[in-house]
Amino acid sequence: MRKLPRLFLALCLTYAPFSIAETVLKRGNGTEPETLDIHQSSGVSEANIQRDMFEGLVTEDAFGKLQPGVAEKWGISDDGKRYTFHLRKDSQWSDGTALTAEDFVYAYRRALAPETASDYAFILWPIAGAEAFNKGEQKDPSSVGVKALDPQTLEINLKTPTSYFLGMLMHPMAFPIPKQAVEKASKDWIKPENIRCNGAYCLSEWTPQAHVKLVKNPHYRRAAEVKIDSVYYIPTEDQNSELKRYRAGEIDITYDVPSDQIKTVAQDFAAEFRNTPYIGTYYYALNLENPAFKENPKLRRALSLALDRDILTEKITQAGEIPAWGWVPPVDNYTQQNMEEKSLDKAARTKLAQELYAESGYGADKPLELEILYNTSDNNKKLAIAVAAMWKQVLGVKTNLRNEEWKVYLSSRKQKQFQVVRSSWIGDYNDAHTFLSLFKSDVGEMNTSGYKNPEFDRLMAEAETQTDVKKRQEAMEQAERILLADTPIIPIYYNTTQHLVSPKITGWEDNVMDVHPTQYLGLK
Amino acid sequence: MLQYVFKRLLGALPTLLVIITLAFFLIRLAPGGPFDTERPIPPEIAANIERAYHLDQPLPVQYGYYLLNVLQGDFGPSFKYKDHSVSALIAEGFPVSLQLGVFAMLLALLIGLPAGILAALHQNRPMDHAVMAVAMTGITVPNFVMAPLLALVFGVFLHWLPVAGWDTGWKSAVLPVIALALPQIAYAARLMRASMLETLSSPHIRTAFAKGLPMRLILWRHVLKGALLPVLSWLGPATAAIITGSVVIEQIFGIPGIGRHFVQGALNRDYTLVMGVVVFYGALIILMNLLVDVIYGLMDPRVRYD
Repeated sequence: MRKLPRLFLALCLTYAPFSIAETVLKRGNGTEPETLDIHQSSGVSEANIQRDMFEGLVTEDAFGKLQPGVAEKWGISDDGKRYTFHLRKDSQWSDGTALTAEDFVYAYRRALAPETASDYAFILWPIAGAEAFNKGEQKDPSSVGVKALDPQTLEINLKTPTSYFLGMLMHPMAFPIPKQAVEKASKDWIKPENIRCNGAYCLSEWTPQAHVKLVKNPHYRRAAEVKIDSVYYIPTEDQNSELKRYRAGEIDITYDVPSDQIKTVAQDFAAEFRNTPYIGTYYYALNLENPAFKENPKLRRALSLALDRDILTEKITQAGEIPAWGWVPPVDNYTQQNMEEKSLDKAARTKLAQELYAESGYGADKPLELEILYNTSDNNKKLAIAVAAMWKQVLGVKTNLRNEEWKVYLSSRKQKQFQVVRSSWIGDYNDAHTFLSLFKSDVGEMNTSGYKNPEFDRLMAEAETQTDVKKRQEAMEQAERILLADTPIIPIYYNTTQHLVSPKITGWEDNVMDVHPTQYLGLK
Repeated sequence: MLQYVFKRLLGALPTLLVIITLAFFLIRLAPGGPFDTERPIPPEIAANIERAYHLDQPLPVQYGYYLLNVLQGDFGPSFKYKDHSVSALIAEGFPVSLQLGVFAMLLALLIGLPAGILAALHQNRPMDHAVMAVAMTGITVPNFVMAPLLALVFGVFLHWLPVAGWDTGWKSAVLPVIALALPQIAYAARLMRASMLETLSSPHIRTAFAKGLPMRLILWRHVLKGALLPVLSWLGPATAAIITGSVVIEQIFGIPGIGRHFVQGALNRDYTLVMGVVVFYGALIILMNLLVDVIYGLMDPRVRYD
């Protein structure tokens, strides 16, 4: 009997390491990150890691909604062009040094400097003087409208009132970087031995193609509430391999689910499968420089109406995508717009499509011949085959398919060597502007169709300078209606994101931006 | 002998130059560039990037710079993985690929050769047919089919071994090594069998039998020595096969070796990374072939180095 307490003690000691063991999270993260330097990267995989390592003036909560970050409060001038941010007094880098407004000024100037060669620098162009400095037209970095009034106060002046500006500040391009560390180590500041972070985690090791390991940053303002001690971001380029690793328990959260297995996954892992609307649209762009489509809106409309989106999403893609009759997916402060014919039933739409096709000068004796260009992927191929079949059946259009490897496809699209091209667009921030601005006549290659409409441009210019939220929304909605009537594109579906989330994870909230910072997650 | 090695190495230089030149221009012939992304970037920003990576200069000038840098052992920065230089990526990835390759080769020899010997000694009997059937399957089933199958059975269903990754010690190496070795085991077995049979029927073996030497002695001293020579010359191409196989296997098992850099580099149009890996692989294969020739000479007195 005397041995019992000792046995108990021994048991406690044996189990003690488990109770204080560090909690480790393993996340599948798609492609190997190009870099962790916030000014050099633009991909989703990189942003996932950077959001854990850094925090901007504003940040997102577990639902992806905007909330104060390094700035605890801010003021906006009446003309909507001057933002004054008041930084938290206790803001620190992970080495305990103070984070000041100067770090932001330094970061934005570095992001825009031509030598930095940042491909996403244009996202900061709404700031006064930013575009000219980035293009090298203006050499003086102080011409950029970002000023540190004192260590805790940052003033940003904009070119025009930009109502999505706060939302844009959640983008990694707008994060601060540690001035001292960057000046000392230059390009190597991002190496684990040099880096300083101001987010919930900081870089501990990076083995290319194996993992990026982050550990908890004790100097983070919310450190006491952060539950997971370290997180591994594992590159999972091969989705099938990722699914196997998840099933074997080697990964807690997947980056994606292979599209041909969504059905089985949804059955086998009903409680773990997360299928959520995403801020993106999958569409076919029509080349308006092509003689068939140029000044022939009736034909463009006929092609769009001939597609049965319900069948395309339910039978072909099968990932719970939402059929799209408009361009802008569900975003904040915006009423979704649709093509007028959405309300018609299928028979009426088919009839209308056939009439429009005949009016545009084609028919059984003179059928239209088209080519669809897409980048090689099973999903794109299946969809293109189905679209071609619908066009053939409803209108009698002869369609050829052309698939190209990713970079070849990008190059063809850039040089407008296509008639119809599959594309998709994922918004940079939760606002209709990130979608509609694509069709302004002055945005260059981004406007895949080469769409030009002065009225559309006028409405967008109005929306961009309008400070009244309601009027701005109306201008953009009207612009989208014009766009849909002109039909330079055929929207097909609004994207969804798929993840498998282990049942032991707590705090995961599905959201349209698909952001899930580790600091809000926990392990049961 | 040393003179021979020196001569061969000297001869390898023009070969490498041809490899570099071809690779340099071929990768640039492929449409699309390293900095093309889903989201087209404004031309001014594209110009900033091209300037930063010297892509704005004429091709011959870029080629000249590249040659100069390679001569100094510098493969340049990776266009895609901007935090790493190509040399650093190769230095980190090669030990992993090397382990994978060496173990796969050892496995191929340790299983393939005895299996071949066994088959030859039991020619046209059930043992022979069994070994050859398995070997034929090994050759015909490509490793991109075999690898996911192994992962599914031993990783997902049985939970004995990790499905992918390279961070659980020897355990993570088992499946990829087996998947990589299987076709080579099969080749080794078939080759060994054929060359054993040929040697067994040669006059000097008949003489040995006639002299009444014990079977063991005949096998070890006379048959194997002759029969191993063709296998030895197969080692060169086998190394190349293991390297190219490793490209596929590393991709499937998510192993951080250089094979994966090669595939991703080509898809991403990461010019410097692809070039670096090509030059490195080229040099490696040239060296391996040289090594095989030297060993061949040591084992076969008929070969002379002049």
